[in-house]
Amino acid sequence: MVDADLSEDLRGRVNAAVAAEAPLRIRGGGTRQALMACGNEAIEVLEVGGHRGIVAFEPSELVVTARAGTPLSELEAAVTEAGQCLPFDPPRFGASSTIGGAVASGLAGPARPWQGAVRDAVLGITLLDGRGGIGRFGGQVMKNVAGYDVARLNVGAMGSLGVLLDVSLRLLPRPMTTVTRVLELGIGQTFERMATLGRRPLPITAMAWQGGLLRVRLAGSEVGVAAALAAVGGEPFAEAEDFWAGLRDRQLPLFEGDGPLWRLSVPATAPQPELSANWLLDWGGAQRWCSTDAAPERVFEAASAVGGHAMRLAPTVQRATLPPAQLKLQQRIKTVFDPAGLFNAGVLYPGEY
Amino acid sequence: MDRETLAARLREVLPAEDVVDDEEALRPYAGDALTAYRQQPRVVVLPRSIEQVQQVMALCSAEGVPVVARGAGTGLSGGALPHEAGVLLVLARMNRILELDPLGRSARLEPGVRNLAISEAAAPHGLYYAPDPSSQIACSIGGNVAENSGGVHCLKYGLTVHNLLGVKLVTVDGELLELGGCALDSPGLDLLALVTGSEGLLGVVVEVTVRLLPVAASVQVLLAAFDSVAAAGDAVSTVISRGILPAGMEMMDRLAIEAAEDFVHAGYPRDAAAILLCELDGEPEEVAAQVERVTEILRAAGAGDIRVASDPAERARLWAGRKAAFPAVGRIAPDYYCMDGTIPRRHLAEVLTGIGGLSEEFGLAVANVFHAGDGNLHPLILYDANQAGELERAEAFGARILELCVAVGGTITGEHGVGIEKIDQMCVQFTAVELERFHGLKAAFDPAGLLNPGKAVPTLARCAELGGMHVHGGKLPHPELERF
Repeated sequence: MVDADLSEDLRGRVNAAVAAEAPLRIRGGGTRQALMACGNEAIEVLEVGGHRGIVAFEPSELVVTARAGTPLSELEAAVTEAGQCLPFDPPRFGASSTIGGAVASGLAGPARPWQGAVRDAVLGITLLDGRGGIGRFGGQVMKNVAGYDVARLNVGAMGSLGVLLDVSLRLLPRPMTTVTRVLELGIGQTFERMATLGRRPLPITAMAWQGGLLRVRLAGSEVGVAAALAAVGGEPFAEAEDFWAGLRDRQLPLFEGDGPLWRLSVPATAPQPELSANWLLDWGGAQRWCSTDAAPERVFEAASAVGGHAMRLAPTVQRATLPPAQLKLQQRIKTVFDPAGLFNAGVLYPGEY
Repeated sequence: MDRETLAARLREVLPAEDVVDDEEALRPYAGDALTAYRQQPRVVVLPRSIEQVQQVMALCSAEGVPVVARGAGTGLSGGALPHEAGVLLVLARMNRILELDPLGRSARLEPGVRNLAISEAAAPHGLYYAPDPSSQIACSIGGNVAENSGGVHCLKYGLTVHNLLGVKLVTVDGELLELGGCALDSPGLDLLALVTGSEGLLGVVVEVTVRLLPVAASVQVLLAAFDSVAAAGDAVSTVISRGILPAGMEMMDRLAIEAAEDFVHAGYPRDAAAILLCELDGEPEEVAAQVERVTEILRAAGAGDIRVASDPAERARLWAGRKAAFPAVGRIAPDYYCMDGTIPRRHLAEVLTGIGGLSEEFGLAVANVFHAGDGNLHPLILYDANQAGELERAEAFGARILELCVAVGGTITGEHGVGIEKIDQMCVQFTAVELERFHGLKAAFDPAGLLNPGKAVPTLARCAELGGMHVHGGKLPHPELERF
């Protein structure tokens, strides 16, 4: 395990960039670069992957603090050994994925509706911002209401407010057993079934549907899962592990097709927009993937018409635009941390520079 | 702006009876549950709609009038203390449940809806709203968002921020922003998280969408007695390290046990140095298995007497002592001062020993009641306000406790908020760089500083004046307040 504190080096790099007014692209393991597309690939890269190592891990606290460059695999191995897990089960887009990238991108796996988002597990961060300041926000405890929640503000911010130096995360006990059942259901019946199951206090940790098959994952103690199986019904699903990992890491066939790939984040019970014949439902219906040739404006409109939003992942990333009042406010917030607009310009807001 | 002019201007946008400017009628609004702080507002307004809130904000913003938003006024840190030259914006009349969606398991609420009313409305559908602050019978959801309120079940179910889907926020100049919604995320920066717990400094929460959870099929409560507080603390850590996540874990020390027993006769063992209450919930089979495992773990950790509540009545009795702990302590001393620090649990024994030492140093007794599962301490410092100097000693003692919490990696407030009460301790927890960013965020939302001025984040000048000296805690809460 490599243990290296590069925070002062990184601060030096940032200060130099401030002085030269030279924008930076933050890069950890380099596995999320497609999401960082900003229309100007010539910008200087700030490599942060070397700033790594687990700083503190006390299993009885259910809390780990790690430098942002720590590989996800390394962090996972450490918490797994203690019988714990990262609740948000982040996608691994490659072996070099880091915890900093996972937090900055804010992406969560199939357990999201039941075990929480990335930001729900973030207790604190240390941030190196665009003023060359290093600040610690939040902390290492579950209950903490002192100061504004700058830690969670940085989750999903795509590095636009600064460089994450370390993060403190809340962990969960690893379930003793995990079982997946598969049910043959059409899409209409699936929505009904997911809503019915969701209203019962069952130890569900994932529900996903594609091609006439609903997969329901249960996790917990042996007795708890066994008791819940009767309520879920269906058949055992042999390829469960590969399926959930493929869904989490975006490696199922739908993600790898040639057509434009869209993600819709909508209320779980929202009616299905008529955009495609090829849907993949995750998060119990709250995250929906499809490949569609529909014009981007149409997809954005369809998502907002049912109370959600859309994002195109392929062939290139295209994000929804924000209402003007909110965009103005968000950009004022960026200025608080990054007045010169150094970090990852154009990633969150198209045409930012 | 003088009272008469301000009231007249506000009556241009609100019905006359919804603007309060009569000296007598203003009195009940002079403070929140931190009753030692009182300040009459210039005018109180009681809007009934989002549009009215927007109009009030637009007017106040144009005229440079400070605005303090208030829900039910149950806050414990003086966050809703009015401003002498300002408008107190009371949201209690906006108290309708706008929508309850049992299939989508969410509820859309006006800010004045009481916390408990949400779970009551959801109960027929087998659902509930998880965060349960001690004041849940009275406190409002808008206030919960402003304070990021907790409760006794945070370890498993999180705080307010973990149970929100969206809020509508009126900005200082009267604009309406929708943050989050019914989907599980939203584009851009996560302003929903930022606004949660911002103590009314960034905007006025006018609508809240919360997620609802299915009510657990089975709930069991265990009571375990220990002959040392350290052993009880270690037992909590062991339970969690063994992969069990209780719905709640609460601890009380001897002084708190005795006070609670004298008051409500919950059947707690008086000879114990500490007791632990552990609530487990889930599928009946799972809970039964967990009760067995937890019993074994607690036994191995040195628990003497272990009791499992056999029925709902017994369960309620075991909880009654804990829930009555604050008023119970209020009976054994003329006054008490409640602290709200959180620490990493492994430092529990060290911090309690430290508090014991400070108790001797200051010559004031302290009863300890806390949310052991998540490390949130509520030491209750006993004193007599009628004895010269005791109040100042209690404040100084409290400040030292919070400094101790920060020193072991914890925080000055776990769930009560900073408000006016703990503003000086913010200087201990945060550096100048961090405070500057907080002020920057405030200015991004509210450049003129009109929303809840003087709360939550101290000026750098104030911190500099305090310098290296021990900072002083807030004024004293009223002893008859129910807090747990």
